[in-house]
Amino acid sequence: MIALESVSVSAGAFRLEGVSLSVPAGGYGVLMGKTGCGKTTLLEAACGLRPVTSGRVVLGGRDATALAPADRGGGYVPQDRALFRTMTVRGHLEFSPVARRWKKEDVARRVDELARLLGIVPLLERRPAGLSGGEAQRVALGRALAARPGVLLLDEPLTALDDETREEMVALLRSVRKATGVTVLHVTHSREEARRLADRVFLVQSGTLREVPLRDLEVAFAEGRP
Amino acid sequence: MTGTGRGDRAFVIALALIGGVYVFLIVALVVAQAMYTTPGTVWESLGSGAVRYAIQLSLISSTLTAILSVWVAVPLGYLLSRSAFPGKRLLEAVIDIPIILPPLVIGLGLLILFQTAPGRLLQRIIPVTYEVPSVILAQFMVSCAFAARTMRVAFDEISPRSEQVAMTLGCTRAQAFWRVTLPEAGGGILAAATLAWARALGEFGPILVFSGATRMKTEVLSTTVFLELSIGNLEAAVAVSLLMVGMAVAVLIVARSFGAGGSLGRAVGA
Repeated sequence: MIALESVSVSAGAFRLEGVSLSVPAGGYGVLMGKTGCGKTTLLEAACGLRPVTSGRVVLGGRDATALAPADRGGGYVPQDRALFRTMTVRGHLEFSPVARRWKKEDVARRVDELARLLGIVPLLERRPAGLSGGEAQRVALGRALAARPGVLLLDEPLTALDDETREEMVALLRSVRKATGVTVLHVTHSREEARRLADRVFLVQSGTLREVPLRDLEVAFAEGRP
Repeated sequence: MTGTGRGDRAFVIALALIGGVYVFLIVALVVAQAMYTTPGTVWESLGSGAVRYAIQLSLISSTLTAILSVWVAVPLGYLLSRSAFPGKRLLEAVIDIPIILPPLVIGLGLLILFQTAPGRLLQRIIPVTYEVPSVILAQFMVSCAFAARTMRVAFDEISPRSEQVAMTLGCTRAQAFWRVTLPEAGGGILAAATLAWARALGEFGPILVFSGATRMKTEVLSTTVFLELSIGNLEAAVAVSLLMVGMAVAVLIVARSFGAGGSLGRAVGA
């Protein structure tokens, strides 16, 4: 599970205070809000890349507030994907298992399994420079999933993809969730993505965070407002 | 640049003329030196034992200086690029001192530093002043400042995002640096090494003051040019100058072919 309990974070002059959300184990939470409302800041706080000034971060049932990013057991995909320029796709998939000292044969088996799940077997020896947006997103997803994290933290994973690729990625995210049982927190400004993927939706608006029932989200769609 | 109208073309031509004067001067001074001598004279000058010793010392000392400079510039550039700490601006100013100071003053400072009590103590173990180590130290003092600037620009151009992702994937900050950031800074490291090497090769002022100009001992190529000039042997001075031009150009070509040209240009202009 992923839970933020009365979390306060700040980034420069920007502050979010006392916000809470909870995604149950195996659930798919979508965190929505306009650009600049603090969605990414909250996701970074969950990863441990940004300190929380108060409150608790709970990942996989463990209090992770004081843990280093490496010890939180979360797979993180940033908005710009941040692929490693000098590494092959295989290197990306091996990265986390090697950092976590997996046995060589386990790493090889995992790379094989993930490459097939994500449909990137032909790309394994390529470097990020020549990859399309959809391919790069699959690699970033594979890198995050490689060490079997309990939670997956996705920042705008479908933005900047063409319609066809976005459809493929939606299907892929569904199959990944089914295959791995990972708990997901997905940040987006798109209601369409929330409708298609989420089972919990949270809305950040004017410095507050509230859960919006999926049913109401549909009503909000019909009315053309969040 | 595409200038289609007559006004546009005149503007581009004006820019090219102004810039062209400088480029012409660079090429002209190299050509003038080359025309002054003959290949036979150059060959003959390079045959002298003193010049061969100077070539050897220049190559070895510049290479050691480049390695030492990169070794120091990588951590320094990384800290300046990634960390915020009190006194950072002051530190940046201090690192720029060797770039701004007259080279002779750096040599004089080193000479005096090694005559202080701790300096003399150190010299009992390793003689520095007027010995070969002083050549490397004099070169390093200036070269490292340029290398540190280059590395800072190189790290500034690498998004800290990759390193952060690596940390979520199980790396400590040090592991993320070694596995992700350092390989991505490869071009910058090569640029820093090239610049440090070229600076070291051309260093003269600090070496003259701190190492002296003793033949077959602390004589590097720039010293040779000075010594030959001082005894009126212009032919030999020109021959050694041409050799230095050749070496510097060769290193620049090698660095650019490895893609270090961009970082090099940006760092020098930083």
